Amino acid sequence: MTDKDSSRLKLLLSLFSVFFKIGAFTWGGGYAMLPLIKNEVVEKKRWISSDDFIDGIAVSQSLPGAIAVNTATFVGHKICGKLGSLVATAGAVLPSVITIIIVAMFFLQFKDLKVVQSFFRGANPAIAALILSSVLDLGKSALKNRQDIIISIGLLLLLIYFDIHPILAIIISAILGIILKR
Amino acid sequence: MIIIQLFLTFAKIGLFAFGGGYAILPLIEKEVVYGTHWLTHSEFLNVVTISQLTPGPIAINAATFVGYKEGGIPGAIFSTLGVCLPSMILVLIVIRFLKKFETNEVVNRVIKGLRPAVIALIASAAYSIISGGGISDIKGAGIAIISFLLIRTKKIDPILVLILSGVSGIVLYML
Repeated sequence: MTDKDSSRLKLLLSLFSVFFKIGAFTWGGGYAMLPLIKNEVVEKKRWISSDDFIDGIAVSQSLPGAIAVNTATFVGHKICGKLGSLVATAGAVLPSVITIIIVAMFFLQFKDLKVVQSFFRGANPAIAALILSSVLDLGKSALKNRQDIIISIGLLLLLIYFDIHPILAIIISAILGIILKR
Repeated sequence: MIIIQLFLTFAKIGLFAFGGGYAILPLIEKEVVYGTHWLTHSEFLNVVTISQLTPGPIAINAATFVGYKEGGIPGAIFSTLGVCLPSMILVLIVIRFLKKFETNEVVNRVIKGLRPAVIALIASAAYSIISGGGISDIKGAGIAIISFLLIRTKKIDPILVLILSGVSGIVLYML
């Protein structure tokens, strides 16, 4: 192995461990992860500049998929090309994959126990509350004018009463975004 | 082959998973509960709760859970790959045209246009949980209202609220 190969291997290992750490310690995914990723890759490791990181977030937000995965793919590519993308994303995703497999093993075994069912029966209403709360938070920042509010309510009615496929709701709003004046 | 079916279903979810987090729930529910019947509605709710209590994005957690339930460890791996691959490929394509992508008028209009859909999708996820039996009785309604007030007024960590609600469930429904 040449010096160049071994330093590249070191970089890939370091990339993996940084994103593994981020994946393991952020609950809820998404925006909670961004400050952590920035702290590691911009400030501590100095792998990319703050401007590049902001570009990365912009791309991650505008494409489909989990923000954590998209940002890992972007940062990984900046540092080590396609292989870097793969390694960073694998690092970000593995902690939750391992955790969920372990939880699923136990859950599928014990889900019929009264104590487990009671726990979830208590937690489900709280999930509804959490989601409603995020509608309020996001609605305030994302719906900027009357047109957006009307489209949002229209789509909600289509989703609830006409049971349209969520993909159709996304396509309709993308088309409206292109044709409507702003 | 269940593995291929898992991979393709989650690739479809990954390709249209705009807005992140809760906005993806209606899509997962549609495919996994009503399309393929891999989960019942109440199992789907349990998966949402589990994924809030564990690290990682909801889409990944749901993919791993459903994959494991239907196809063991290989199922978990292929579902997770499926949900990640579309966005990874798209990110790698966009990186090559970064400046053009960021300044493209159509792209910007689509991104802004998607905002109302993201809010509608999240609201419909809440509706589906409530109407689908997530709040089953007066005790559940009480937990929902108290949780909502704790989150809104006291800014208490959602994970703590979930754990407290689950423990209240054990107390209220077992004793």
